[in-house]
Amino acid sequence: MSEELKNTNQTEEQYSLNDDRRVKVLSPGALVVKRFFRNRLAVLGLIMLIVMFVFSFVGGFVMPYGQAEQFYTVTYLDKEYVGVTRNDELRYAVADGQEFGTILQAQFLLALGKGKTEYSYKGEDYTLTEEGADFYSISKADGTVLAIAYKDIVNAADGMEDPAFAVKYEALKAYANGGTSFSADGGDYTLDEEGNILSDGTVIGYISRFVVAPKENGVTITRDFKEKLQEALEDDITEFAYTDEEGVESTYKVSYDATAKVWSVQQKTPSYVYDTYGQPSMKHPLGTDKNGMDMLVRLMYGGRVSLVIGFIVVAIETVIGVILGGISGYFGKWVDNLIMRIVDIFYCIPSMPVIIILGAAMDNMRVDPQIRMLYLMLILGFLGWPGIARLVRGQILSLREQEFMTATEACGIRVSRRIFRHLIPNVIPQLIVTCTMGLGSTIIMEATLSFLGLGVKFPFASWGSIISDVNNSYVMTTFWFIWIPAGICLLIAVLGFNFVGDGLRDAFDPKMKR
Amino acid sequence: MKNYIIKRIIFSVFILFFVTLIIYTLIRCLPASYVETMAMQLSTKPGAKPYEEWVAQLNASYGLDQPIIIGYFHWLADFAQGNFGDSWRFTVPVIQKFKEVIGVSFVMGAISLVLELVIAIPLGVIAATKQYSKADYAISASALVGISLPTFFFATILKLIFSVKLGWFDTHGMVGRNYAQLDAMGKFLDQANHLVLPIATLTIVSVGSLMRYTRTNMLEVLNADYIRTARAKGLSEGRVIYHHAFRNTLIPLVTIVGGSLPGLFSGALITETLFSIPGIGFTSYQSMTAGDIPFTMFYLSFIALLTLAGNLISDILYAVVDPRVRLS
Repeated sequence: MSEELKNTNQTEEQYSLNDDRRVKVLSPGALVVKRFFRNRLAVLGLIMLIVMFVFSFVGGFVMPYGQAEQFYTVTYLDKEYVGVTRNDELRYAVADGQEFGTILQAQFLLALGKGKTEYSYKGEDYTLTEEGADFYSISKADGTVLAIAYKDIVNAADGMEDPAFAVKYEALKAYANGGTSFSADGGDYTLDEEGNILSDGTVIGYISRFVVAPKENGVTITRDFKEKLQEALEDDITEFAYTDEEGVESTYKVSYDATAKVWSVQQKTPSYVYDTYGQPSMKHPLGTDKNGMDMLVRLMYGGRVSLVIGFIVVAIETVIGVILGGISGYFGKWVDNLIMRIVDIFYCIPSMPVIIILGAAMDNMRVDPQIRMLYLMLILGFLGWPGIARLVRGQILSLREQEFMTATEACGIRVSRRIFRHLIPNVIPQLIVTCTMGLGSTIIMEATLSFLGLGVKFPFASWGSIISDVNNSYVMTTFWFIWIPAGICLLIAVLGFNFVGDGLRDAFDPKMKR
Repeated sequence: MKNYIIKRIIFSVFILFFVTLIIYTLIRCLPASYVETMAMQLSTKPGAKPYEEWVAQLNASYGLDQPIIIGYFHWLADFAQGNFGDSWRFTVPVIQKFKEVIGVSFVMGAISLVLELVIAIPLGVIAATKQYSKADYAISASALVGISLPTFFFATILKLIFSVKLGWFDTHGMVGRNYAQLDAMGKFLDQANHLVLPIATLTIVSVGSLMRYTRTNMLEVLNADYIRTARAKGLSEGRVIYHHAFRNTLIPLVTIVGGSLPGLFSGALITETLFSIPGIGFTSYQSMTAGDIPFTMFYLSFIALLTLAGNLISDILYAVVDPRVRLS
């Protein structure tokens, strides 16, 4: 580098003759470095760039998470678990081998409403007996019990068969009259205070006014839960916890719907879901994005993509631009004319629209995200070279008239070597400045495309595609940590390149200094 | 001069020809998404022809069944006669849609150009005259920040602050909800209100480069011999700067501003899209993503034409303003 600079910086040497720095002999390269570091903005830019590079390239290794690692969280969903109704209607149980159809039921209700104890239908007489509160039995004229009507419901205990009619009848009878034991079908049963029906010490069923219906298939409601629920209902509690047999504790919310007369019980079920838009925490300093991925890690990998794309694009631009500009400037005449017309044409192609069209087309063809990134770089590079070609050509046009070129010609050095070994190195200062500034604008270009959803695609991240989440205005207003940090990273990196480029320009071009 | 202009115009036509050829080829080589989407929709209707037949019929009706070169010359012949075809996306003639949307883009561009000039030139001059002072650092740094600001990020921040938090402006669109009920003045103010944020975005994002350009040129002029002479004559510093130096700085400024005048019509693609302003930029973005070939071709050729016109104007202005320059 210092050797290459010697030629261009001859003027600098002369300049330093008038300068008190002259006593200290510095190589042209060292002078440039010195001038660069005297520029505070440039140093600031350099620090910004170093920070961003470390952040993007080292950060990914330091962080314990992967780029596409998704995180989960437990959220509690209130799921409808059971509905509870207090039974306020008469229910019927029909004795074995008897019939008690809906017409008979209606007739019974009619009779009950009128306060009669007997009614007849189709020539048959029925007797209704009030056996207890809200508990009736209907018997035929010959005294056999046909059916019972009741409001307190006899339920089978968990895992037990539904009690037989006789058992129900006797149990309800005992329940209504405050008895503690009864016998039916040749078996002896006891009834305890809570309404449990026991046979030989085991609970076979229980009596309760509440009907508990599960809201989902496959949910069986244990007797224990029902009791707990009943207590809660009687005490008017809106939330209670219940531990089931397996020791899993869950919380239930009870709400009463007055119009439907239903208590709905909602279970707080833990759901294992992606931690989408998680707030910043110790585990995730910048929260998580919509896929439950750690934002900080996404930013680091996104930075890698943005910076690498920037470098590759600028490298492509520079290679094409230097070769074509060098050839054009050196040969002049029709070669120059031809190449410059090509440059004019490329200059005239509106690059942003063209890239948008290509991006939309790639969307349509569903190009693999990785290949897509490659295409993006190629397209950006291929559309960006004319500026560099013009710069190189302009410099070389004046350089080739200088004596050292006559010398190379006299030495018989071959043309390609003359261009790329003797002319191009003299353009390198300007090239470095242009490329540094170009890196900034390329990164913005890529970010803009990714923001529009036409650049880098999921699962890869780039700073632009991270910000594109704000297209959802809810994200924009609510989750600042999703897009502000990405924008700041982008700004810092681009600003760093621009500051450094500007500082380099001043350092290389001392004419601008007074 | 006349010969130079004629020569340049001939070159421009030649360049335009190749640019449109490249763009046309590019667009034609892409999968014709619009036609396929249309065909897909049409073929799903009850009793419709199969998809392949629709594709063939649509391709024929849109002239997409011709080879690219022949198709290009057909397009070129139509284009040269001012027949730009019908937009597929908007289902109106391209030129009609263009007339609808160009106004707002021009207004936005013109206002932001004026604002840029008013902000950039004085600040650039101040930065150059007080080189390496705090003011210079502040101005140079803010100019670079403006250049480095990604439009979409800056626009989003403006939206968040002024639309969401403060509620001064709407986030999207050109007219408010109650636009139809407003009187003429109210309508004007409503539209103006909707243009504030887009114009602010445009201005701030592009003011930096003009500021830097002014500063660089002013510095160059200030280092010139005639400035030293002016100082040696004993002129006051104010006269040296505003009379001798500034007028020379205006030379490159006039050429660059003149060259950017045609660009006022090109619209701001990103800004308009972000704010959903129905200008030429947003319209063309919609047509591009929808694969609307006639509108896209028109827009791209139009932009190419504007670029060429801009270059030509700035070159001519350069010779007009600076008597030292002779065009050949």
